Amino acid sequence: MEPISTITGKAVVLPVENIDTDQIIPARFLKVTDKSGLAAGLFEAWRYLPDGTPNPDFPLNRPEAAGATILISGRNFGCGSSREHAPWALQDYGFRAVLAPSFADIFRSNALKIGLLPVTIEQAIYDELVAMYANDPQMALTIDLAAQTVTLPDGRQVGFPIDAFSKYCLLHGVDQLGFLLNQADAIAAYEASHPQPVKTTG
Amino acid sequence: MSKPRTLFEKVWDAHLVRPETPETPAVLYIDLHLIHEVTSPQAFTELRQRGLRVRRPDKTLGTMDHSTPTTPRNHLGIIPVIDPMAISQLEQLRKNCAEFGIPLFELGDENQGIVHVIGPEQGLTQPGMTIVCGDSHTSTHGAFGALAFGIGTSEVGHVLATQCLLQRKPKTCAVRIDGRLGPGVTAKDIILALIAKYGVGGGTGYVFEYMGEAIRSLSMEERMTICNMSIEGGARAGMVAPDDTTFEYIAGRPFAPKGADFEAAVARWRTLPTDEGAVFDHELTLSASELKPMITYGTNPGMGIPIDAPVPRPEDMPDARSRAALDKALAYMGLEPGKPLLGHPVDVVFIGSCTNSRLSDLRQAAQFFRGRKVAPGVRVMVVPGSQQVKRAAEAEGLDRIFKEAGAEWREAGCSACLGMNDDKVPPGKYAVSTSNRNFEGRQGPGARTMLASPLTAAATAVTGVVTDPRTLMN
Ligand code: SF4
Repeated sequence: MEPISTITGKAVVLPVENIDTDQIIPARFLKVTDKSGLAAGLFEAWRYLPDGTPNPDFPLNRPEAAGATILISGRNFGCGSSREHAPWALQDYGFRAVLAPSFADIFRSNALKIGLLPVTIEQAIYDELVAMYANDPQMALTIDLAAQTVTLPDGRQVGFPIDAFSKYCLLHGVDQLGFLLNQADAIAAYEASHPQPVKTTG
Repeated sequence: MSKPRTLFEKVWDAHLVRPETPETPAVLYIDLHLIHEVTSPQAFTELRQRGLRVRRPDKTLGTMDHSTPTTPRNHLGIIPVIDPMAISQLEQLRKNCAEFGIPLFELGDENQGIVHVIGPEQGLTQPGMTIVCGDSHTSTHGAFGALAFGIGTSEVGHVLATQCLLQRKPKTCAVRIDGRLGPGVTAKDIILALIAKYGVGGGTGYVFEYMGEAIRSLSMEERMTICNMSIEGGARAGMVAPDDTTFEYIAGRPFAPKGADFEAAVARWRTLPTDEGAVFDHELTLSASELKPMITYGTNPGMGIPIDAPVPRPEDMPDARSRAALDKALAYMGLEPGKPLLGHPVDVVFIGSCTNSRLSDLRQAAQFFRGRKVAPGVRVMVVPGSQQVKRAAEAEGLDRIFKEAGAEWREAGCSACLGMNDDKVPPGKYAVSTSNRNFEGRQGPGARTMLASPLTAAATAVTGVVTDPRTLMN
């Protein structure tokens, strides 16, 4: 995983609450056995009209949104299924961070694992960003992971919370599996001292 | 005296390889890892790339359920798969399980089924265990007093390689459901009402523990229906304290402990319920006696109403954001605010999914099909949750009741729950579905889903319009 320090980029606002992972990537795109090409299915039902042409009204399809790397969306982003294909698709499309007033637990956990930064902002800041974007669809933000701040288009800085361990892993490009593998002795000790409730191999 | 603990805390504490610190999350040991074809292939790729093995294949089990067709077997007794991508995904799982020594209930196997149906039915799901799967409805297994939750594919890789997960300790929430359900009102209605009351994000960050008179009186299958939809309320896991109902359900199942081991296990399981005086971080309440059959009108599971209530009107919403959400949902659903759903025509009825595809669900549904016909123009899919459920239903003659009424009796799998296999709801069409998600396009592009209980779905199937099941009961 690539280390993340700061992310500066153009933002696009998708002002919808409770966006579920079936919207982010519908199930029919989950038949792949790798992670590539998932951007094609990102927000598929909203991005395209029934005849298959791009929906000009969908925020991601507007010309100003080209090259956006930060997605701003309503609260409870990523609810629904546990599919990691959702953050994979967002990342494959080019997003590096998602800002929302809140995230569903599994989506947040999945996003952190792959280096798509979930940034929780206050509802009032979100409302302001929606208004700013209406005036300036080219608006850019800077997210500083080390300082845990977002610099808004008007220069104000707001803080955001992140778990210390996830932050460390993202800043250093360390993946969490490596950390777990280093616990092998402790895991073996646990196994030796706890009976096994079930054995699937019969 | 040690500090009183909740059911969740006892299970959590017993699985700590390393407790959490401010710097690092807890290392949590996993007793059972269920895998399926959709969320596991990339995890096995990762393992191969790093030259890792599966640490505990004997704590892992695979099944095929999501992308599998549920079309009837052909003359050779084989369920034909025609979608080339589904074929490759199923092949991949077969190869991965064979290479890493993981037992697999593959398509056609007598034990195959939806992952959350087979764990309990095999006796693999037991009180006090930690259970994970790359699937958010893993919360189902919490009905047994297990700590069970969905994980992403990266985490599937973590568990395959180390049998552990890195987790921050979630907060606890008591969900107290008092009173008794009236006739025609089911466990599905409890959970739909709870989510309608507290919203789809209400449980974020919490593990629910369902308690109270209503929960105690429910069967295991009904408790599973409730725990299943914890995730629709935002809670990653939902639990019910084990009791005699739990132990009776487990006894005699293939993977359950036997004889003296079973007695010893029950003695251990009896120590799991939340101690007197244990403190929860939060509490939610619902009265079961006041509930009516529930149905959803919108595009998330929190948009639910009692079946005889009108569809909410945007002008009655408390703020602009909920007004906008309701406008968007009603536009997608093609529904008029202020009008009742009762009597609304439907095109498809789906009875199945890990929420409501067990034997008791099928029995409930069958009572309305018996001696009746599916309404003209309505497609009815009845999809058992597992091959075992299918055989048990057939042994009772339920399949004949469904077929004689004009419903389709299909093979086990996720089916029309997620629009990934061939079972879909056509664009713009209305479905009453016993599954758990009514998201836009969930059951197929443009599909309009109304979630309800098996009773409501069956009543609707035979009338062709949204129907209060209580009006068909004598
Ligand atoms: S039945 Fe539906 S919700 Fe359940 S595991 Fe299958 S796809 Fe997921």
